Amino acid sequence: MKRAFKDFNFTLGLILTAIVLIPAIIGIFWTPYSTETMDNAMKMAGASLSHPFGCDNFGRDILSRVMAGTGTTLIIGLGTVFIGTLIGTIIGAFTGYYGGLVDDIFMRFNDVMFSFPSLLLALVFVAIMGSGRIQLLIALGIAFIPSYVRIVRAEYVRARNLDYVKSASLAGASDLRIMFVHILPNIVKVLINSILIGFNNAVLAEAGLSFLGIGVQPPVASLGRMLSDAQTYLFNAPGMALAPGLTLIVMVLGISLLGKSKVITDR
Amino acid sequence: MNVVIKKIVSSILTILVVACLVFFAFSLIPGDPAVAKLGTQATPEKLQALRESMGLNKPVAVRFMEWIGGVLKGDFGTSYSYNVPVTGLIAGKLPVTVILTLYSFILMIVMSVFIAILAARYENSHVDKVIQIINQVIMSVPPFFGGIILTLIFGLGLHLFAPGGYVSYDINMGRFMGYMFWPALAIALPKSAMAFSLLYGGLITEKKKDYARTAYSRGNSTKDVFYKHLLKNACIPVVTFFGMALADMIAGSIVIEQVFGIPGLGRILLTSIQNRDYPVVEAIIVCIAILVIVSNLLVDVLYRIIDPRTAVAEGDK
Repeated sequence: MKRAFKDFNFTLGLILTAIVLIPAIIGIFWTPYSTETMDNAMKMAGASLSHPFGCDNFGRDILSRVMAGTGTTLIIGLGTVFIGTLIGTIIGAFTGYYGGLVDDIFMRFNDVMFSFPSLLLALVFVAIMGSGRIQLLIALGIAFIPSYVRIVRAEYVRARNLDYVKSASLAGASDLRIMFVHILPNIVKVLINSILIGFNNAVLAEAGLSFLGIGVQPPVASLGRMLSDAQTYLFNAPGMALAPGLTLIVMVLGISLLGKSKVITDR
Repeated sequence: MNVVIKKIVSSILTILVVACLVFFAFSLIPGDPAVAKLGTQATPEKLQALRESMGLNKPVAVRFMEWIGGVLKGDFGTSYSYNVPVTGLIAGKLPVTVILTLYSFILMIVMSVFIAILAARYENSHVDKVIQIINQVIMSVPPFFGGIILTLIFGLGLHLFAPGGYVSYDINMGRFMGYMFWPALAIALPKSAMAFSLLYGGLITEKKKDYARTAYSRGNSTKDVFYKHLLKNACIPVVTFFGMALADMIAGSIVIEQVFGIPGLGRILLTSIQNRDYPVVEAIIVCIAILVIVSNLLVDVLYRIIDPRTAVAEGDK
C-alpha cells in the first residue's frame, strides 16, 4: 500500500476522487440545506459563509444541490456500470467461449450497436421508456452493454486455448465452472480498467442527458440539469454553472487518473 | 476492391436492419398518439377519424411496409405535432448538424496532429510535460461544459462572439462558419485530447525506429521527418479512433446545439421526444444511423488507403 502512494497518478486520482465522492456520499443522506425548498430572499445570492457556492435562481443552496446532484450521478453511474458489466460479461463469456454461429450473429449485432455512440443509444431508449431516474439507469445500462461484451469476449477467445483452461477441462470441470471460476478471475484486471472508464462515460452521459432535459427530472438535483438551468444566468451568476461543472471535471479526472495508475493496471 | 463492395452492401443491409428495429421499437410503445394529440376529452368518433387519417388503424405489418417503402423514397411520413411532412421538417436542419460534425472533426485532426508532433519533438521537456497535464484535464471536460466555459470566456468575457447569435448558413456563410467555430471547438477539445495521447504514443515509438534515423541522415529537417515520415505510420492505429470519434461527434453536436442555440437536428429531436412525435424521432434516428454507418464505411476505406497491408491481409482470406 505504501508503494501505491509513490505512484503520482494514484495519489492524485485518489485525492481528487475523494474530494468529490465523500461529500456526495454524505449528500445522499444529509445536505446543509434542503435541495428543494425555494427562498425568494436568497435568489442568486453570491458566495457567503453560510452558502459557500451561493444560491441559484430559486434561492436554493448550490453546495447542497451539488452534493445531492453528485449523489444522483454516482448512483446512476454505479447502476449503469453494474448492468453493463453483469450482462456484458455473461454475453461476452458465452459467445467468446463457445464461438460458432451464435457468436457470429451476436457479434454482428453487437458491432452495429457498438458503432453507435452510447449517448445516442441511451437517447433512443429514453425516448421509448420515458425519462426519470430508473429509466435513465436502465437506458444507460443497456447502452453500455456492447462495449463490455466486446472486451470480455476478446478475453475469452484468447483464454479458451490457453493451457490452464484445457487442463481444467480435462480435469472434468464443467463449462460454466471454467468460464466463471477459472477464466473470470484472470480477466478482472482488464475488467476493472474498463469499469473505471465505463463509470466515467456513464457519468458524462447522465449529465449530458439531464442537461438536455430528458434525464433526471426536476426537482431532483442533478449536475447536468443544474448546468442547463445555469446557462440562462451565465452572465449574472457564472458560479451557478461553475460549481456543478467543476465537480464533474474533478470527479472524471480523478477516476481516469486512478485508471491510469500502475496500482490498477499492473496487478 | 471486392472487399470494399462487400462492405458497402453490408452497410446498406445494416441501415435497413436499424430502420426495422427503430420502427418496431416505437410501435411497441404503449399509448395512443391520437389520444395524445386530441387530449383525453376527445370524442371516440373524432379519435377514430384521426386514427384513420394517421393510418394507425392498420396492422403494424402493413404500416411498416408503407413506412419502409416511403423511407426508401425519402419520405418519412407526417409529423404528429406539426402536421407537415417529416422530410421537409428535417431537411433544413440536417446540413447544420453535418457541418458542425465535420467542422469539429477537422478541428480535432488539426489540433491533435499539430500538438502531438510538438510534444513528441520535445519529448520529456517542460513543453511536453505541460502539454501532458493540460491534456489530461481537457480530456475530462464534458463537451457541454466546455461549451459553457468557452461562452463565458470568449463570448461574455472577451466578446469574440455573441452568445446565441446564430446566423443561418443560407443568410451569411462567413458569419455562420465564424459562429460555428466555438461549438465545433467545444466538441473537438476532449476528442483531440484523446487523439493526442494515441498519436503521441505512436510518434515516440516511431521516432526511435531505423527508418526515422535514415530519414535524418538523408538530410531531412526534423519537421520533415515528423510530418512526412513518422506521421503516416503513427496515424494507422489512430484511424480507428478517428472513426469512433466521428460517430461520437454526431451525438456530441446534438448536445452542443443546445448550449449554443443552434437549430440543428438536436433541438427538433428533443422537442419531438418530449411531444412523443414518433415519426420525427424515427426519421432523425434513421438519419443519424445512416451518418454513423457511412462514416464507419469511409474510415474503413481510408484505412486501406493509408495502410495497404490491411487490404493485402484481408484479400488473402
